[in-house]
This record gives sequence, C-alpha cells and structure tokens, in this order.
Amino acid sequence: MPRWVPALGKQVASVAVTLLGLLALTFFMGRMLPIDPVIAIIGEQAEKETYDMVYAQLGLDKPLYVQFGLFIRDMMTLEFGDALFTGNKVADDLARVFPATIELATVSIIIGIGLGVPFGMLAAVYRGSLLDHVARFIGLLGYSSPNFWLGLMGLILFYATLGWVGGPGRLDVMFIDMVEPVTGMLLIDSLLAGEPEVFWDAFSHIVLPASILGYSSMAYISRMTRSFMLEQLGQEYIVAARVKGLSRWQVVWRHAFRNILVQLITVIALAYAFLLEGAVLTETVFAWPGFGRYLTSGLLAGDMNAVLACVLIIGIIFVGLNLLSDLLYRALDPRTR
Amino acid sequence: MNQPPETPLLQVEDLHVRFRTPQRMVHAVRGVSFQVGREKVGIVGESGSGKSQTGRAIMKLTPPNGIVEARRLQFQELDLARASERDMLKVRGRRISMIMQDPKHALDPVMRVGAQIAEAIPDDLRLSKAERRDKVMAMLEAVHIRNPARVHDLYPHEVSGGMGQRVMIAMMLMADPDLLIADEPTSALDVTVRQQVLTILDDLVTRRGLGLIFISHDLNLVATFCDRVLIMYAGHIVEECVASELAQAKHPYTQGLLASLPRIGSRNAKLAVLNRDPAWLNG
Amino acid sequence: MSDATSLRAWLTAEVTTSPRHASVQRFYYGWLRLRANPLALVGLLILLALVMVAILAPVIAPVGPNDQSLTRRLLPPSELHWFGTDELGRDVFARVVYGSRITLYISFLVAIIAAPIGLAVGTTAGYFGGWTDTVLMRINDIFLSFPGLILALGFVAALGPGIENAVIAIALTAWPPIARLARAETLTIRASDYIAAVRIQGASSSRIILRHIVPMCVPSVVVRITLNMAGIILTAAGLGFLGLGAQPPLPEWGAMLSTGRQNMLGAWWLAAIPGLAILLTSLAFNLFGDGLRDVLDPRSE
Repeated sequence: MPRWVPALGKQVASVAVTLLGLLALTFFMGRMLPIDPVIAIIGEQAEKETYDMVYAQLGLDKPLYVQFGLFIRDMMTLEFGDALFTGNKVADDLARVFPATIELATVSIIIGIGLGVPFGMLAAVYRGSLLDHVARFIGLLGYSSPNFWLGLMGLILFYATLGWVGGPGRLDVMFIDMVEPVTGMLLIDSLLAGEPEVFWDAFSHIVLPASILGYSSMAYISRMTRSFMLEQLGQEYIVAARVKGLSRWQVVWRHAFRNILVQLITVIALAYAFLLEGAVLTETVFAWPGFGRYLTSGLLAGDMNAVLACVLIIGIIFVGLNLLSDLLYRALDPRTR
Repeated sequence: MNQPPETPLLQVEDLHVRFRTPQRMVHAVRGVSFQVGREKVGIVGESGSGKSQTGRAIMKLTPPNGIVEARRLQFQELDLARASERDMLKVRGRRISMIMQDPKHALDPVMRVGAQIAEAIPDDLRLSKAERRDKVMAMLEAVHIRNPARVHDLYPHEVSGGMGQRVMIAMMLMADPDLLIADEPTSALDVTVRQQVLTILDDLVTRRGLGLIFISHDLNLVATFCDRVLIMYAGHIVEECVASELAQAKHPYTQGLLASLPRIGSRNAKLAVLNRDPAWLNG
Repeated sequence: MSDATSLRAWLTAEVTTSPRHASVQRFYYGWLRLRANPLALVGLLILLALVMVAILAPVIAPVGPNDQSLTRRLLPPSELHWFGTDELGRDVFARVVYGSRITLYISFLVAIIAAPIGLAVGTTAGYFGGWTDTVLMRINDIFLSFPGLILALGFVAALGPGIENAVIAIALTAWPPIARLARAETLTIRASDYIAAVRIQGASSSRIILRHIVPMCVPSVVVRITLNMAGIILTAAGLGFLGLGAQPPLPEWGAMLSTGRQNMLGAWWLAAIPGLAILLTSLAFNLFGDGLRDVLDPRSE
C-alpha cells in the first residue's frame, strides 16, 4: 500500500481518540450541573410519578457508562435534544444559525489574509524599520484588545455617530425575508436573486463585525508570516538566489514566499478556527444570528442541551481544522512526501 | 581569452568590512588588498579570519548590518565600489558568480533542480522554454551528471552531496561569468567525492578561462589546487605567494600552519601546535 | 560612595563566590537586558501601576464603588466624576479603580492554580514516558481541542456563575499549554548527564522531578504564563460581559461593559473606559511577556 496510508491511519485513529475524549469531557460537563435535569423539564410542582417517569425516560437510572454510550449514540445521530429557549430541536437550530457564522468568518478571514500576509512580509523584508515596528505594534494591539469591546466602540463610532455602516443584525428590518435563502449566506443569495439593494444592505451590516474579527486574524497571520519569512530570509539559498542575479523582491516572491506557503496555509486553517472563538462574543454584540449568539443565548437561558451541543460542535470543528492543517502540510511539502 | 595576461580581472585595495552588533563593532576584514587574473587564487584562513566575508563583499552581498569600504574594488571596467544595486544585478551571475559550501542549504528546497539552474539564465537572452531546457541539459552534462533528464526534475533533498555540488556549479556557471568565487566548495562533501568535484571545477575553469577565487580552511587542498595562495588571519592578509613556493613562506603564522599539518612518512612523535602571537592581529 | 561601587563590583564580578552570588548575578544581568527593551519596561510599569492602584484603591477613589446616587445617573466625564457615572449613579472612576483588584485577583489565582497543575502533569508525563505520557498527553490534547473561551464557557455553564467558578473554569483552560511546555522541557533535560548522575546516586523519581527538573522549567513557564495572562484577562472579561463571572454589584470590568452596552448609545463612557482598562492590562502583559521571553530565552527570534 502507498507509504502514506499507515501514517494517515495512525493520525485518524489519534483524532478519533481525541474526539472520544471530547465527548467524554462534554458529557462530564453536562453531569456537573447543579440543577436537576428532570425538574428543568417538568417543573418543581410535578408529582413523584411524573418525576420517576421522566427520570427513566432520560435514562438517569442506568449506570454511568451506559448513559455515556447513549450519549455518544445521540451525538453521532445529531440528536441533540430540544432547545428549551427556542422550542425547536437543537439540531434544527444549529442548521439555521450555522451559515450566518460561516459567512461572517469567511469574510473576516479574507480581511485577515488580505492585510496580514502583506504586512507580515513587509515587516520581515524591512526588518527593524519603522514599518516593521508599526506593523508589530498594530498586531500587538490586535491580540490585546477584547474584540467585543472593539465591537461596541465600532458601533458607537461608525454606526451611531457617523452612520457609515449598518447596525446590529444582518439586515435592516425592511429587507428581511426578501431573498430566498439558497446558501444561507446573504451576500451570495442576494446576488443570486438579483437584488443589489439587499446585497449592499447585507454588506453594510457585515463590514463592521467582519473588520473587527478580521483585525485579530490579521494580527495573528501577520505575526506568523513575519516569523516564517525571517526564518527563510536567513537561509543560504536566499543568498544563492541573489548570487544568480535576482533582485531582492524577486527572491522574496519566487523563493522565500513559496517556501512559507505551506506553513501559511496551516496557519490560516488555525486562524479560521480561532475566528469561531472570537465570533462567540462578537455575534452577541452585533446581534448576529449565528452560532456564537446561539451559544451565549443558550448559556444565559441555562439551556444545557444547546450549550453542550455547541461546545461539542466547536470542539469537533477545531479538531477537524487542526487535522486538516496537518494533512495539508504533509501533502504540500515536497520534503515530506 | 584575448586579454593580455597582465591586466587583472579583479583589483581589491584596502577592503574593510565591519559589522554592527549590539555589543560592539566587529571588524571582520581589515584592509585587504589583492588582485586576481585568469588564474586560480586560493584564500586560506581559519574560521573568523574574514575570508568568506571578503568573497561576499566582492559580490556586494554582505549581510544588512555590515558596512563595506574599499579604496578600490574594480572588476574589469566596472567600479564595484560605486556600483548601485541595479548595476550589481547585471554583474551577479553574469560577470561574477559564487558557489557555496553546502548544496543542501544553498538550493531552494521546494523548487526542482532544473528550474533553479534555468533561473540563472539571463532574461534578456529571450530564449524559448525549449531553448532554456537545452541549455540546462548541456550544463548538466558539462558537470558530468550522467542522467541529466532525470536529475533535472529532482528536488534538492533527493540529490546526493556530490551531485548537489555539481548542480550548484552548473547553476552558477550558467550565465557565463568571468570570475568565480568558490566559498568552501568541498568542505561539506565526503572525502571520496571531493576529488571528483574538484576535477570538474578545474576542467571548467581552465576551459572557459575563468578567474577563480578558492576560499578554504584547508591549506593542503588549496596548495595543490591553486596557482597562488593568500593566507588570511584576523582580517588581514599575512602571506601571499605562489602555491609551489609555499614551503618558503615567510610569515610565522603560515610557517606554523605548515608545521602543524600531518605528513605521511614524517618522523615527528607529536604534531606541532600553532603558537599565536598577538602581534599578528595587526597584520 | 564606596558602598555603591563595591555593590557594583560584586554584581559584575567575573568569578562568583557562591550559588547565591551566581543567582543574584544572573538576575542582575537579566534585569540589565530587560532594561534595554523599552516596550517591555512600559509593560512592567503599567503592571506595577496596576498593582499600586489596586492596593491604594481606597485612597485613590473619591467615593466607594457601590455608592449609588440616583440623582446623578449617567453623567458624562467631568471634573467631579473623572469617568462619569453609570446607570445607578455610581462613579465610574471608582469602579474602574476597585475593578483592578478583581482583575488582579483573577489573574493571580489562575496563575497559581494553572502553573502547578501544568508543571506537575507536564514533568510527570515527560519524565516517565510510556503509558503515563500517552494518557496524560491525550487528556491534555482533549482540553486543548477546545478554544479557551468556549471551554471556559462550558465549565461555567456547568458550575454556575460566580467569580470563584470563573477562576476555576479559566484555570482549567490555562493549564494545558503549560503542561505541554513543561513536558517538552523535561524531555530535553531528562537526557542530560547530571540527571543520570543524580539517579545513580539513588535519588527517587519525585525528588529528581521536584528538585532538578521543575526548577529548570520554571523560567519558560513563567514566560508562558505571563504571555498567556493577556488572553486569560480577555477570557475573564468575556465571561464577565456575559454575566458569568463576578456577579453584581462587584465592579468587574467585563461586567461593566455589559451594562455599558445597554446604555451605549447615550453614554459612551460606560462602554469605552472599562474596555480601555482591559486593553491596557492585556497589552502590558503582552509587552512584558515578550520582554521576559527575550531575556530568559533569547533563542526565539
């Protein structure tokens, strides 16, 4: 069999074990609750028979490992239970809120890459210059700022005071439901439906939260780009390329950049994962009907079904993106083939 | 080849290379002067003697925190000391070239070897892709690589040490320079492979009538390979002589080096150890 | 006069006379290197200022943090109220000043819980290897599989809101990177000759780990905790913002942002100022941590 199959198999097995542990941790978190799940469903006034019935229904009388097994079965079939605060099944809710977050995260990462990579490269090539210091300081501010606070400041300045962008939410009230949801992503759907007004409204609403999330992505990506570039620029093959008669920037683009591409792609995958974390609070501030806001709403309502499902999903996505990162690295670097 | 033998290719007068480090100013090359014609000149010195930095200074590839000053740095008709970076782009590779120590590090790891050699072909020759490939193949054959078509598509980590060095020679001679600087070209190679590479180098240099500056720490090697030898110590040139007359060296450092070389058939029980005189630091 | 010069001579002596002399010298040289880094010094100064403000809060604040005045609600910054007042008429400046105590309390507690756990797990895994290593690192990876905020949210949801639970939740997310770091260091140290020597002398495993390996890991752990502290503060603020950290009426900066949000369109100072405090503190930890890393581990960059 090809050389890479056993290695891939090992990695997948390793990830499977991690996922199992994820499930265990989530299960454990669910059981740590100080509240009684039965009472949460039937209320405090119910009678003993009802209590016993629901208790058995929830499987709480079975031994712990059986409960865990049932839990895994439920998770695998996406049976997350009902969300008490929305009244729907959690799985349905998640399907509804996911595209909003994906849209926000994707626009944010585009901003992060579009600004982060050039900044990082310039900072590395002109190391020690004013540009380098400024770029690094801007980056430093990026990961020292609470992004939900930046969101608030952004809303106050750009929405309330200047009126340059749309406010909280994805669309102004009058545009809601004007467009057929095809992908769930308003920017695409509005163009598909040929409604430019809706597109611009959606754009004005996404630009501020995406910029703020993009800023922290940019900070991370530019720092890593700079670090990778510096590592390459110190190598002998860079000097050799200049000996051949290439100019500094020719060497940077043709040689150094191609050598960091693989590492950059893995960093971008990780940055996307971090965006999901950042989205939790940013969506709350911007009333963005996505995954993050669903999680915090569930938290505030004390709805453990929703919260645990969200935590689990994020964990799985995180693990998945890390795995993807690893696989991409291995597939693209000619030295590891 | 039509140049009268007296006109040197390269004239260096009073070359200084200094480095700004956080602690202090490091004076790596201190007033070095020499000339190179279409001949093989060796520069020998230990680590830190400034020999590598001399080579880099000629190509104006000193690291960014370095300062290069020279009364004269003349290559044929070009005044290198006053040349701008744009001017140097036409000099590097095409007039002066340099092969480096370790092919594993001096070649781009994610680019195929053939492509890297082709990169050295000057753009203004306006060759087609097929013509460029032919030139690369011809060069690979000139460095005695037996299966050029296969090697052309290999990555640097798939190529052995000796072959990698030959690839580097091919790459650096591709644009047909007049002067070649070889910075420790065989130091990273197995002893068995060294002679092969040196033979190829010798052949190419002689056939093309190139000037060669051979930088090394190996006195024996340089003495047998080169026509003239320059010995460097602490940034100065302390000795300059014809290779065949090395045994008559006058400077105590050279004499000390010669004495400490092991010789087959010598009857000394102990190898002599070099006694460093601090006076040598001043050249 | 001669006292100062003889102290200086002692600090810069070429040959040290005792282990204590050597450690003091190392500390002195490290301090000199840190001093040469202006940004790191700025970070350190901000942190020291924060500690001072926290200690001297009753002196600095003009009124108490919980003194309400319903006639003076939502006043903008002025000479009387430097940072204005909030929706219950409380002086925002006083609340920010007292809030520094909560921030430091959380940072300190998280550090002293997470660092020992991380060190213990990491050094044990690294030293013993084999199944111990595999199991411990697997647990470590599972914790690392969740982004910090999400994991903390999960734990706080399970434990219930409150400042102590928030500290526990955050500490549970902070120990894995420390453990991983400690393990990496242990693996390098484990192979050294002096460990072999001590083992031949009959030292027990726990003695080797505690007395020989852990002290070597401490510098990098300190650096990492300092750098991670910036993120810990942001996470704590996030929890506070969601109402899951310190409960009202405690003047925790994140919680203040939450009420600031409700009044944001009319009273921008309620949202701006606590956030700036958070930003400054986080920035200070980042700057100082970067400087510490350059001093203690100059190999990186």
